[in-house]
Amino acid sequence: MRHGKYPFIVGFLFLPILLYVGLVLWPYAQTFGYSLTDWSGQSQEMNFVGLDNYTKLLGDEVFLGALWHNLLLLAVLPVATILIALFFAFMLNVGGKGGTGGVQGVAGAAFYKVVFFFPQVLSIAILAVLWQAVYRSDGAGLANGALIELGLGDPQHPVEWLNDPNLVLWCIMGVLIWGGVGFYLVLFSAAMQSIPKDIYEAALLDGAKRGQTFFKITLPLLWETIQTAWVYLAIVAMDAFALVASMTPGRTYGGGPDHHSELMSTYLMRNFLAFGEAGYACAMGVVIFFFTLILSVVSLRVTRRERIEY
Amino acid sequence: MSTSIDKTTTVPAQRSVKPRPPAKEARFADGGGVLNVFSHGFLAIWALLILFPLAWVVLGSFKTDTQINTSAWSWPTSWSFKNFGSAWEKGIGGFFANTLIVLAGSLTLTMLLGAMAAYVLARYEFKGNRSIYFLFVAGAMFPVYLALVPLFFMVRNLGEISPYLGLNSYGGLILVYTAYSLPFTVFFLHSFFRTLPTAIHEAAMLDGCSHARAFFQVMVPMAKPGLISVGIFNVLGQWNQYILPVTLMQPTSAGEADHSMLAQGLVNLALQSGYKSDAPALFAGMTIAMLPVLVVYLSFQRQVQSGLTSATLK
Repeated sequence: MRHGKYPFIVGFLFLPILLYVGLVLWPYAQTFGYSLTDWSGQSQEMNFVGLDNYTKLLGDEVFLGALWHNLLLLAVLPVATILIALFFAFMLNVGGKGGTGGVQGVAGAAFYKVVFFFPQVLSIAILAVLWQAVYRSDGAGLANGALIELGLGDPQHPVEWLNDPNLVLWCIMGVLIWGGVGFYLVLFSAAMQSIPKDIYEAALLDGAKRGQTFFKITLPLLWETIQTAWVYLAIVAMDAFALVASMTPGRTYGGGPDHHSELMSTYLMRNFLAFGEAGYACAMGVVIFFFTLILSVVSLRVTRRERIEY
Repeated sequence: MSTSIDKTTTVPAQRSVKPRPPAKEARFADGGGVLNVFSHGFLAIWALLILFPLAWVVLGSFKTDTQINTSAWSWPTSWSFKNFGSAWEKGIGGFFANTLIVLAGSLTLTMLLGAMAAYVLARYEFKGNRSIYFLFVAGAMFPVYLALVPLFFMVRNLGEISPYLGLNSYGGLILVYTAYSLPFTVFFLHSFFRTLPTAIHEAAMLDGCSHARAFFQVMVPMAKPGLISVGIFNVLGQWNQYILPVTLMQPTSAGEADHSMLAQGLVNLALQSGYKSDAPALFAGMTIAMLPVLVVYLSFQRQVQSGLTSATLK
């Protein structure tokens, strides 16, 4: 091109790259290095310990429990959220009676879309505080209050929700699904709206039922979007820090009762900021990274299909 | 379900603009009467599940301590704003201001630097172009936990260069938010700049426009829809941040000012044992944190939804 091209390129790229390399890539690289040391984080002293941190992780029951909880989230959260969101999106975009106006959503679709999205705009931490009040372990919490009012709960022995080791993770999962559906509903809606209405019209003329149009038209044409949603949700399932750290009982960063809602992320933060085991925490960071990486690659590979052009 | 066919066949809908023969058959072979009841039921229940807890919290901010602690169904007796006052005194207002300051800074910087980098990478041929692009995009795949520990020390070291950039400072958090928003911003705007026509840019260059001026006065206005989409995405993303402020915005010494973000400040208030006895103020605090965002969202919901989906579907 013309004169002055290279100074311009360098001038425009310098700051973004400096910031990005300095605050993102370099810390990523450092984590791998620190994970091989016994660094406490308080001083600059550290010794190279090889893979000791990783072997320690394999024998750390709290960490293995946390890993198991993350995998449980990973198995349930994406499937549940996507199914609910898909059902709602189908209803709101094509499920309506239609009439001669063509294929359309049920009445009030716009209202539902706006309301379902609410949890997305409220910061996740606000949701955590809100749900903590809902899940109160006495009759004054909304969840227990509703159960008692419906005659399903015992006012003398309210459900312990977040203090119940068998319930706590499901409570968290419930909040994640509750909050996530709105976003994926909007995502799927946008994708459904880009499907030409003629395809539905043709299928309906041929006598297709609602279920058939959903499975034979909507689902195949939405496949790529569902794939994207799955990867996003898998990343959420590997994280889920904010809710567990602020809602569940535990000394620092939740995880209680007795590690029953412990996640890799909360255990990492506790080791780093409370226990002063920065090297060990870095090893956990590396493990989370590899899990996320493997998940994204595998899900993109396994679910790959031929792109349908329309 | 076929029994309900005749119900829907009689719908005399005449909303269609195009003249069409009147519908003789139901849209769906399974009619829809029964299913519609079901789907409406589910939709209504879900809407209730969303709205009810929110309304409950707003109501709670008018209740007294005893009312909140005895029953979930108590109704506020006096509609005074006293609880809001005590929530404000506990710092909610300050947390809000902190969040606004940081978001204003980080959003401006993210959009400016992101657009600059994306534009150069999308429109200029030079050696290393592809590798720089992939370097940026790769960052979007990594979880932030991988960087957390070194990042803490990185920001602390920045603080030794200038106190405005260190731990528990606005500047430090702005830079970190920006850096972590760059991968997605560059990725999205890169594909957006590629779709823009080249002719206008070339015409500007022929008229003797400089590269930088062509960018700010020709390309940026043309890229406005894309900038808005990715901007909304970044606002929501940064507003929802929790792990980064918790790690980076804690007072490093006892007397230091509390620069907590809203989310973080609210959680801290909820966790403080002394606060447990002041449930009304906590509910009022939540209301203060929720309502402005909901109002903003409701006024821009069309843009938010369309912007967000075009950003994520790229």
